Amino acid sequence: MLEDGGLIEIRWHGRGGQGAVTAAELFAHAAINQGWYAQASPSFGPERRGAPVMAYNRLDNVPIGIRSEVYEPDVVVVIDPSLLKMVNVLEGLKENGTLIINTRKTINDIRGELGLNYRIAVIDAKKIALETLGVPIVNTTMLGAVTRVIGLVDLEFILDAVKERFSAKASEMNAKAVARGFNEVKIGE
Amino acid sequence: MTTDKPTVKNLPIAGIIFVPGSAKEYNTGAFRSQKPILDAKLCTKCGMCWVYCPDGAVFVNSEGMYEINLKYCKGCGICSEECARKAIKMVDEEE
Amino acid sequence: MGKRISIECAHAASLAVKLANVDVIAAYPITPQTHIVERLAEYVANGELDAEYINVESEHSAMSACIGASAAGARVYTSTAGQGLALMHEMLFIAAGNRLPIVMGVANRSLSPNLNIWGDQSDMMASRDCGWIQIYAENAQEVFDHTLQAFKIAEDERVLLPVAVCFDGFHVTHVIEPLITLDQEEVDRFLPKHRKAVYKLTPDQPSTWGPVAGPDIQTELKVQNEWALNSSKDVILEVWREFGDLFGRYYAPLETYKVEDADAVILILGGFAGTGRVAIDKMREEGKKIGLVKLRLYRPFPIQEVKDLLTRVKAVAVVDRAISAGGLGGPVYGDIRNILYDEEHRPKVLSFIAGLGGRDITVKDFKRIGEKVLDVAAKGHSEHKVDFIQVRI
Repeated sequence: MLEDGGLIEIRWHGRGGQGAVTAAELFAHAAINQGWYAQASPSFGPERRGAPVMAYNRLDNVPIGIRSEVYEPDVVVVIDPSLLKMVNVLEGLKENGTLIINTRKTINDIRGELGLNYRIAVIDAKKIALETLGVPIVNTTMLGAVTRVIGLVDLEFILDAVKERFSAKASEMNAKAVARGFNEVKIGE
Repeated sequence: MTTDKPTVKNLPIAGIIFVPGSAKEYNTGAFRSQKPILDAKLCTKCGMCWVYCPDGAVFVNSEGMYEINLKYCKGCGICSEECARKAIKMVDEEE
Repeated sequence: MGKRISIECAHAASLAVKLANVDVIAAYPITPQTHIVERLAEYVANGELDAEYINVESEHSAMSACIGASAAGARVYTSTAGQGLALMHEMLFIAAGNRLPIVMGVANRSLSPNLNIWGDQSDMMASRDCGWIQIYAENAQEVFDHTLQAFKIAEDERVLLPVAVCFDGFHVTHVIEPLITLDQEEVDRFLPKHRKAVYKLTPDQPSTWGPVAGPDIQTELKVQNEWALNSSKDVILEVWREFGDLFGRYYAPLETYKVEDADAVILILGGFAGTGRVAIDKMREEGKKIGLVKLRLYRPFPIQEVKDLLTRVKAVAVVDRAISAGGLGGPVYGDIRNILYDEEHRPKVLSFIAGLGGRDITVKDFKRIGEKVLDVAAKGHSEHKVDFIQVRI
């Protein structure tokens, strides 16, 4: 539904152990707690550390029936920039779809590399993660960025989901990472 | 079909037997070909027959004498074999 | 009042089991069921659920422990998948034959070989004749509701049979979704706080369970079980109605979608019905008269409901996530075709097998199936043929 533009489908690309599945789960928890209909699912693959993995979200204002994998995402999130050379992250991405990348590069650099048909958002998530968490685990920073770019789920629900998920200290640090991701993501046209 | 055998409807649920120890009703000694006869005059009440009987068919009667319950005795002859006083003889059922 | 929460479907099962206040859980972890029993172990460990959690060395032992506990009068839950269910196989019959109201969650998983942890329904289909009530759930809400209902159905004096609540491994178990929960007070109004065992193994009143039954009595015992399973349908419908009256969510053995004027329908069990409905919407936009039937109650088989519904259409495509080996197509296809054989106005029935070992079933797949079944409906001619979706030959 979503006023007949159809539901929003998000595909996360990461590596096993980087928390792509966790980020997708937190996004769904927040969306559902805010009153949306949402889904999060892993790509049903082996959970091997370091291997490319995917996770999916669906978001709608009516109940979601579809249960298959996401083939034509509206939004692609790339947690690990090295995947750009390994995996065709653009596969199936809708025309005028959105690409959100963890990278130090600029929007124009990415646009030059990947084509013009996409709305592109970039964030140096590794830098933020190192400053807020002390480790280069970028999933929560990316979650903040995704929340801002998609714009339908409020930050406070995301922060609540983070608090629910992590222990007190980790949740405080991750909440900071989410907030900085939200505030510092650069969004192109 | 008229039969006195159990039917789907009158069988207890799952064939559960609700009467405990109902196997006692079976006359399990019926197929015996030889039966033990105990000579009370030779018996010293040592109880070895009671110990060895694999069927628990030996018991002590109200007068304190060992006796064999022929409803359950299968005629295996172990009591006769083990009796130190040779007080138990195996006798053919037909006699 | 129950809240609307966000939950992984596997944990929706665990939550229902906690609210059902079970006495005993005996389980062995196996993917994709593991999250269910992990969460239950947490509930027991942190005191939220006062139950005995029996760690066992295999699924055979898990079901054996459940059988013992249930015979002693406890409310019992276990959960398994794939090879685990296969290892339980002989004990499944013992549970049903001894009329033990055990509830089991089955996170449907493919059977080895080759080693495959992903979803299909070949595990439960291989045990479909075990005498259990078998219900297939599509999403978190159905997993939760059907698990709660299962205890009430199983323990009803008119039933006394074990219930398997089946849901697709990964495609259902691992998905996070909204769920309308029930609070403890609401559940207690629906399900008695404790099981009242009509028959139980107790030293106070000794009894013998599962004694020898020779050729002179085994037939009667098997027929007694068959009657019990068949007549459990009335109680299942009654429990579903009562649940609906209390909480507003009603369930039926068959769930239909846009079948009223349909020439053809697609019939499926489990989670992919959701994807199927999306495909039906798209085909309806193209003016195609097609609908979807989700078979929720698999055993006892809703014979009359299936006949009433399917004799109204020209063709049925049955999508199985399992093979009935040896050329007969899918097991559900066999059931559907069988039950319609005597009908004067019977539809053509086609067999499609899809989603084996976790292979996705997509909207496109459903559309292709839809086009084939509509074509058969138009031509009025079909033959027995097994169509494997997405297979590379």
